[in-house]
Amino acid sequence: MRRLGPLVLEPDPVPPPARVLGVSLFAIAGALLVAGGVFAAYGADPLVAYGVIVRGTFAGLREASEVVRRTIPLLLCGVGLALAFRAQFWNIGAEGQLLAGAVGATAVALFVPIPGPWVLVAMFAAGFAAGALWGLLPALLRLRLSVNEVLTTLMMNYIALYGVAWLIHGPWKGATQFGFAYTDAFPEAARLPLLAGTRVHWPTLAVGLVLAAALAFLLARTRLGFEVRVLGQNPTAGRYAGIDPARTLLAVVLLSAGAAGLAGVGEVAGVHHKLLDPGQVSLGYGYAAIVVAWLARGSPLAAVLTATLLGAIFTSGDVLKVALQMPFRVTDVFNGLILFFLIGSERLLAVRIRWAPAATAAVPAEPGVPGTPETGGGS
Amino acid sequence: MEEGNWILATVIRAVALGTPILWGTLGEITAERSGVINLGVEGMMILGALAAFVVAHLTGQPTAGLVVAAAVGGAAALLHAFISITLRANQYVSGLALTMFGLGLAGLLGRGWEGRPLLDTLPEISALTYAGLGVAVALWVVFYHTRWGIVLRSVGEMPAAADALGVNVALVRYLAVAFGGVMAGAAGAFLSLAYRPAWTEGMTAGMGWIVIAIAIFAAWDPLRAVAGALLFGALFHLSFRLQAWVAPELLKMMPFAFTILALAATAGGRRGLGAPEALGTPYVTGER
Repeated sequence: MRRLGPLVLEPDPVPPPARVLGVSLFAIAGALLVAGGVFAAYGADPLVAYGVIVRGTFAGLREASEVVRRTIPLLLCGVGLALAFRAQFWNIGAEGQLLAGAVGATAVALFVPIPGPWVLVAMFAAGFAAGALWGLLPALLRLRLSVNEVLTTLMMNYIALYGVAWLIHGPWKGATQFGFAYTDAFPEAARLPLLAGTRVHWPTLAVGLVLAAALAFLLARTRLGFEVRVLGQNPTAGRYAGIDPARTLLAVVLLSAGAAGLAGVGEVAGVHHKLLDPGQVSLGYGYAAIVVAWLARGSPLAAVLTATLLGAIFTSGDVLKVALQMPFRVTDVFNGLILFFLIGSERLLAVRIRWAPAATAAVPAEPGVPGTPETGGGS
Repeated sequence: MEEGNWILATVIRAVALGTPILWGTLGEITAERSGVINLGVEGMMILGALAAFVVAHLTGQPTAGLVVAAAVGGAAALLHAFISITLRANQYVSGLALTMFGLGLAGLLGRGWEGRPLLDTLPEISALTYAGLGVAVALWVVFYHTRWGIVLRSVGEMPAAADALGVNVALVRYLAVAFGGVMAGAAGAFLSLAYRPAWTEGMTAGMGWIVIAIAIFAAWDPLRAVAGALLFGALFHLSFRLQAWVAPELLKMMPFAFTILALAATAGGRRGLGAPEALGTPYVTGER
């Protein structure tokens, strides 16, 4: 137990949800504060910048619908990563898995003749399969040879990026695109419907919400979910309990990577209607989804909320670009800072803070001297 | 004769491009030897590249640019050190955050500097290459033949034992991580001051990740890192060189595909390679 002025700090390793929420909000607020400093260094008045952001994300239905549109890929990638992180598989490859999904969907849309509405179903299936396939190699290397998946999933991102670039400059370059590096446009049947008056491709949003609920159910109520939770917390115990870690991990990675693949389907079928430059197919959703999953602390349902927050950040990137001519990269400043503050504040989760001013005046004889700030005891 | 010149020119360019990779790898190896993995190399490199370019442009002194880049890299690494050592947060996530933040910050602050020419570049690429080789040999000597090396390695292998012997674990780790940042910052400076004297957003193009991979399959050995860095310098260079015959996008995949191959080929369990035992785990005084 420590004292901090009139406050008492007590260790409490299992945080109640309210404290998790409080600490998370504190972390986000800290990140936004420092980002304001970065704006000032760039030469933009932070108050003006935040004014622009608030107007551009919350002002009306149109602005809010843009946030939702940006939330869709973040949600799909984020719930998948939340599941993978729960199983202690550090999938940093959602970006590449998203691109693989986009390629899978494009292949179906352009080259496979499927009648009517089934084409969209086939595109989602192909995108899921392509994304899952992109996650398979890192999973197998981790299982068979204990190769660190952080690096292999990252390398797969670059391979996917250059692979998409190759397709649009080479074999898939559109005949009707006047020499631009895109594929031909998708036929009408291969385009996702939009919510009236917005650019929200609602079928992908529905898939994301259903997936979040399904994965939450899977984690809480199914055998696979139980195995994931056990393996995530204590792999040795899992082995004694008769869990096959390889099978469980493979299922987790395929689900996680497949979900990111679905995000890629939504982007090409709902937004662009063609395959184009990888930097435009994904604006870094796969990397930002790491923040989504970490902020949601591994809960697929909480990822719906945190994906929306990140969606608002991506929309902020759009409006800052238009209003203040900032490069879109500013979103990475936000994402990096939020992640820093989030993990930096994690130890606060295990501390209960109580307001007890009376004790201060009475007995100052605790080992922690009154008024001594908590020092990070790293030495 | 023509043929011979072509090969020589290729080797020289390969060695040149291997130099920043070598600097970055040596820094990362030192940090990881102390038990701290830093996935922020890409972010530190890009910040170093921007800082070097801006300072060299303003002062006309490329050497000043190099020094400032090293300082900026070191400062960025201290951020990672504070979060992962003092606050004991997840090292992997902290490094990823540093890469995101570095790429974002450099993209933002570097906006006005894109496309400007740099008149005063670092003249002697070969001197920088030799400096890298010198650091590699020096680190090898320090790691295996000095007291400092024993202290550094024991902090990475068994921090509790080092602590019991009176070693300040946190201090050693801070210094090692900061050294890693200094080297990564300098590597970035090499890119923007010497290799292609210019600033472009995202100019490190994944090199920082390759650096981390080489640290692993060089088995945290500075001399093997030299071989790894030269190999990848050659691969990066070939990906420009072969463009007459193969699509450039496929060539650019090559270093990344090769990295996966190398990681798989040299794998044999994490311990088999001799990874520092405490790599990735925060140290808490009094806990075993």
